[in-house]
Amino acid sequence: MTTTVSRRTFLKSAAASAGAALTIGFDARGALAMTAQSGGNITPFVKIRPDGAVVAIIKHFEGGQGTATGLSALIAEELNMSLQDITFETAPADNARYANLFFGSQGTGGSTAMANSFMQYRGAAAAAREMLLDAAAEAWDAPLDTLVLSDGVISGAGHSASIGEFVEATLNMEAPSEPRLKDPSEWRVIGVDQKARLDTRAKIDGSAQFSMDVQLENQMVVAIKRSPRLGGVVAGFDDRAARDVPGFIMAIQMPNNKGVMAYAETTWAAFQARDALDIEWDFSAAESRSTAELKAELLAMVDAEPEFQASDTDLLTASAAIEGASQIVERDFYFPLLAHAPMEAMGATIEPLEDGGVVLHDGAQSPAAGHSVLSQVLELPMEKVQVNTLYAGGFFGRRSTPDADYLVELALAFAVTDRTRPVKLQWSREDDITGGYYRPAYAHKVRVGLDQDGRITGWDHRIAGQSIFKGTFFESFMVQNGIDNSTIEGAYHNPYQFPAHHIGLTDQNGPTTPNWWRSVGHSHTAYVMECMMDLCAAATGKDPVDFRLSYLTGDGADQTRMSGVIRLAAEKAGWGQPLPPGHFHGFAAHKSFGSYVAEICEISTDDTGAITIEKFTAAVDCGIAVTPDVIRAQIEGGIGYGIGHVMRAELTLDEGVVSQSNFHDYETLRIHDLSDIETYIVPSTEAPTGVGEPGTPPAGPALANAIAASGAPMVTHLPMATNGVLFS
Amino acid sequence: MAISLNLNGETHSVEADPGTPLLWVIRDELKLTGTKYGCGIAQCGACTLHLDGAAVRSCQVFVGDVEGATVTTIEAVKGPEADAVRQAWREFDVVQCGFCQSGQIMQAVDLLALNATPTDEDIDTVMGGNACRCATYTRIRAAIHRAAEILEG
Repeated sequence: MTTTVSRRTFLKSAAASAGAALTIGFDARGALAMTAQSGGNITPFVKIRPDGAVVAIIKHFEGGQGTATGLSALIAEELNMSLQDITFETAPADNARYANLFFGSQGTGGSTAMANSFMQYRGAAAAAREMLLDAAAEAWDAPLDTLVLSDGVISGAGHSASIGEFVEATLNMEAPSEPRLKDPSEWRVIGVDQKARLDTRAKIDGSAQFSMDVQLENQMVVAIKRSPRLGGVVAGFDDRAARDVPGFIMAIQMPNNKGVMAYAETTWAAFQARDALDIEWDFSAAESRSTAELKAELLAMVDAEPEFQASDTDLLTASAAIEGASQIVERDFYFPLLAHAPMEAMGATIEPLEDGGVVLHDGAQSPAAGHSVLSQVLELPMEKVQVNTLYAGGFFGRRSTPDADYLVELALAFAVTDRTRPVKLQWSREDDITGGYYRPAYAHKVRVGLDQDGRITGWDHRIAGQSIFKGTFFESFMVQNGIDNSTIEGAYHNPYQFPAHHIGLTDQNGPTTPNWWRSVGHSHTAYVMECMMDLCAAATGKDPVDFRLSYLTGDGADQTRMSGVIRLAAEKAGWGQPLPPGHFHGFAAHKSFGSYVAEICEISTDDTGAITIEKFTAAVDCGIAVTPDVIRAQIEGGIGYGIGHVMRAELTLDEGVVSQSNFHDYETLRIHDLSDIETYIVPSTEAPTGVGEPGTPPAGPALANAIAASGAPMVTHLPMATNGVLFS
Repeated sequence: MAISLNLNGETHSVEADPGTPLLWVIRDELKLTGTKYGCGIAQCGACTLHLDGAAVRSCQVFVGDVEGATVTTIEAVKGPEADAVRQAWREFDVVQCGFCQSGQIMQAVDLLALNATPTDEDIDTVMGGNACRCATYTRIRAAIHRAAEILEG
């Protein structure tokens, strides 16, 4: 999801939280207990054990995007220690202490982890540093300015001791309200290009614990049989066949009638028993449409007058500017339904405690959601619900939905039992692919007028699709005047400066439960913007890079930073230089989540016309690069996610039933699809912005533009593989 | 029925239907969770382990068929290839979410045991069945080449 915050608000909230973030404690349990007892608005991000070991408390879960390493780097920096010497733990559910400063509740999304933590975590650690030094100065009766803290040791004035020795003394101290942050010239961790991910070791020896790995004494595993047609409900069921499955415990209709829950002793038994359930479905309110019909409806919508005007410029003005042009470039585009399909399918576990409370074990994208759902469904006070955040096996947006789907299922599955045994919910891959939580399908239509000099005279851009936010809890701040910002982001507020630029939007009554999917609206708007820029450049005989730069003039930050990444990527990829025979370059650039990314895709074609993706070259400006190699990894992964889907991925409906079910027919990127990626990071002193999503939007159009450069038609309906492109 | 399983150097007796996939016996009965479930139909490779030293998809192996065989999982895989692969994975910080990496590593160890100097094409062929939704592929390829270099000494 996208949330913007003004610079003023950012500094203010960061300062406020830094002033409160001053708690350090004793040991694994004692530290947090201590802060809880001290009361007040305390934000404990740093824990120091008696032996001096430093633990960063991570409020943003680690799902591969590198938050554990990035946030720990901020703590390590201000405590003047190397990243290799710090460890991390995930934060408990506690909105007062661990809210995402951009959301106001505890959760991860919109590539905001570093942006909202950069001042907060540094402030917390700097305050801890100052208090430890104060305590040492007092203990040794030494002048403060003679002491230094480095690598866990305070030394000076003839003394030297571990920081662990001063932890107790800090507990009664008044925290400094404005701790001094290290000057960037003093940084020894931030910006250092090193391979030092804190989660690597646990992920190469099998010890990393994901949601799926929870194995509690006496736990039951639940698998749910949901309606084969989206939106169907249970009319009745027969579990006689399931009773023959060894390990089967019971089958219970969900209280919301969305499915039947099969309880068993093991995951395999739960899957077997679930499959054996004979369910009678009520499809009276279920989806009955098919993809062909839904696609035709979307394409008709962008042909007609839009429902909403999303730009200052109206359609009449844009149309007038376009009709008088010397040539018009016009295309429609189609983007299919997509599943997130993280490697780890959804699931989580509820553990009952002796005091009547529960623990949720979850790779929690939104601990606040899990906390709240369990409290409400189980009718427990918030303090009786704990959240243990584990590693997530990828998410791409999927572990948070507006209706907290799998968390509600789990809470219901536990609620209807006698609540004495832990209950683990596990989705199968088929549940994931057919589950209905998708990136909606969209159609776009763009008409661009070009004058005799090849300059744009007007740009009419119409978008149709299912709104992600309408009808959800988030509607009040994500939808304005009927316009869901997540549908038009990337088309609207794009750094390019066009005359007579109209954006129209029409909502489709879509078939699925729409969900944010890595880069959200940018996953389709960037493709349209960047393919159209290449088509316009080609129509006027201009170089695609020069053509883009000509709409990024002036000294606005958006234009300057976008031009910067475009020039850097072009230089590094050798744009305009001769390529080997049969090789072609395609260009795309896009701003999303505050970051600017340009990508060049090099392809080759063989005699049969089959395409091989040879290389991607990327340039990114994401402000201060806190952990450069994590940024590179995210751009690499973002490119892979982007091209993987435009190449082959599509979900289709047949009378409300999803036709695909697993990785054999919802095809994923494979190692042979992509050989090489080079990523260059623009040096910057601006506040850090997102990296988890911004690599994805330009990847698809860079590939499309390379294919068009080879002489093939521009692919405007996705996926490419079913629309005329052959990949080798 | 009771099935005897030689897993990671120890003999275990497990009560299971012989038609149960080895993956689920290892995860849910023996509580070794490093071997992952990703698809259940041999399309993703997350459940890869070694059966008598060879990489197999444990979601497709019946536990009743492995009595007497030697099973090794990510938790216990050892030897020069495993050491080299782990070192290379650290040097390149290959992992992102990490969920597929047990399977990637078990497959890469098997590849290097059979082919000490794999080409890009060899890597693409052998690793093509191991999906990574985070798309760590370019680092996997580089790390396998690096592991081969480490093994060469």
